[in-house]
Amino acid sequence: MSAAPQKTKPGGEQIAVTVSAIAPVNDLVTRFEFKRRDGGAFPPFSGGSHTVVEMKDGALTRLNPYSLMSDPADRTTYAISVRRDDQGRGGSLFLHNRVAVGDALNISYPVNLFALDLRAKKHLFFAGGIGITPFLAMIAQLERTNGNWELHYACRNEALGSYADQLLGKYPNNVHIYYDDQNQAIDLADLLDGQRLGTHAYVCGPKGMINWVHATASAAGWPDAQVHSEEFLAPQPGREFQVRLCKSNKTITVGETESLLEAIERAGVQAPFLCRGGACGQCETDVLKADGEFLHRDHWLDDAQHASGTKIMPCVSRFLGSLDLDR
Amino acid sequence: MSTFQFPESIKSRPVYGTLEPRPGKFHLMIADAEGAEAILDLAAADPALMAKAHVIYIPKGTGDTFVSRLKAVAPAQFYVGPSYEAAVPRLRHVLEAAHMGLQVYLTGTEGLMGQAQNEAMQAGIPHTAIQTEHRGSVARRMQCVHCKGITEDVMHDPFQCAHCGLHLFVRDHYSRRLAAYQGVCIDAEDPGNVPDPVELYS
Repeated sequence: MSAAPQKTKPGGEQIAVTVSAIAPVNDLVTRFEFKRRDGGAFPPFSGGSHTVVEMKDGALTRLNPYSLMSDPADRTTYAISVRRDDQGRGGSLFLHNRVAVGDALNISYPVNLFALDLRAKKHLFFAGGIGITPFLAMIAQLERTNGNWELHYACRNEALGSYADQLLGKYPNNVHIYYDDQNQAIDLADLLDGQRLGTHAYVCGPKGMINWVHATASAAGWPDAQVHSEEFLAPQPGREFQVRLCKSNKTITVGETESLLEAIERAGVQAPFLCRGGACGQCETDVLKADGEFLHRDHWLDDAQHASGTKIMPCVSRFLGSLDLDR
Repeated sequence: MSTFQFPESIKSRPVYGTLEPRPGKFHLMIADAEGAEAILDLAAADPALMAKAHVIYIPKGTGDTFVSRLKAVAPAQFYVGPSYEAAVPRLRHVLEAAHMGLQVYLTGTEGLMGQAQNEAMQAGIPHTAIQTEHRGSVARRMQCVHCKGITEDVMHDPFQCAHCGLHLFVRDHYSRRLAAYQGVCIDAEDPGNVPDPVELYS
């Protein structure tokens, strides 16, 4: 069986790959291409999917999600584009500085939390910066099926507009680019007005942009079910805290720069996960006792669940005090 | 009052709400019979809605009872028609020309709401974004699962299929695609053993 067996182990099955190409896109963004180490074909994926890349950084295992940006129909190669984050926890820096062509990596089967709704009469894409990546795969998919789409892409400047020239050259009628340094901005309210019935909007970019699109569309009477977004959160550092894992009968200390999920894994306890970015819901964990304050940061639990103090998403959320988990 | 509290049932059975004004560029309201009362309530809740509203109304048995009151709340467009079927070309035309920001409000009998919801879904509106409010008759639009014929306004269980004549048990199993409940032969195991029909929810 080659179909993605999601439940057999935490994070799903992995694919062993070789880095087949590393291509700088601009000063901040680099594209990494992968081939299967066994020479076989990759599983097909749908536009908007991501893969979790495993990085062995000394004693540390990093697992970061990246959107697949290659053509979903190309089963010989998977590609991701990674923006270097000098202030981040080090995953993007590891890829940029320590990974070379020919290196072996493990990546997860593709998972899609940001799929196209194929009932849409039209797909309206809003990308901010590196948020362009899922749309590259979606556009390739829609082009093959003669889909109706339009892209509005905001970048800082021409030098940092990843893939902007290629997109504009290939699809001059569908692509609209906005450069911040030229005072160009997406006229969102005007764009949403007059879209044909059955249009779906998709947004990927900074949090402020995602909230802006949701709020503007909602005020114009767009149903929530027709506005899709994806934002992967990176775990934030915080104060050290103690956690008791009741099922495993272990007490762990979550360090300042690691996530609760990483600390659980470091203790040798298998915990379910998929996206590691607060979006998919796989790592949801029951809280048995909490003495202190929750720092919820996920997009998965609703406000009532956050307030209840009975659930936590260990991939991105933290705690101040001591916590007993059903794990 | 034309409202009815349906008892809890299986998940397949549609659940109706109460129409509420929502922000939108244009408001399409479709009602039959006592559904007019829900439109009047909506207009009372937000009179500004009606200046951007198109009301499609099928009075069925209520005749002229509500027509003048609906006219009085001054919808931008107001159509009164003899049957849902007669209103379908207009409905399709409206949906074809509509843009995002259209809000759809359906009220009245289940058969009307189900069929109009189906048209709106085909035009690209997710069913979760379409508001519904049941008013008036609890009669159902039934599909005979054997001959596939539709019998409208079924009030009794079991009932006789208007197409093939089988005696059918009225199920709560609903199809959004067909906008109909499923009717299943009640005497298949023991032909001729048909219980006396009972009025729905009586």
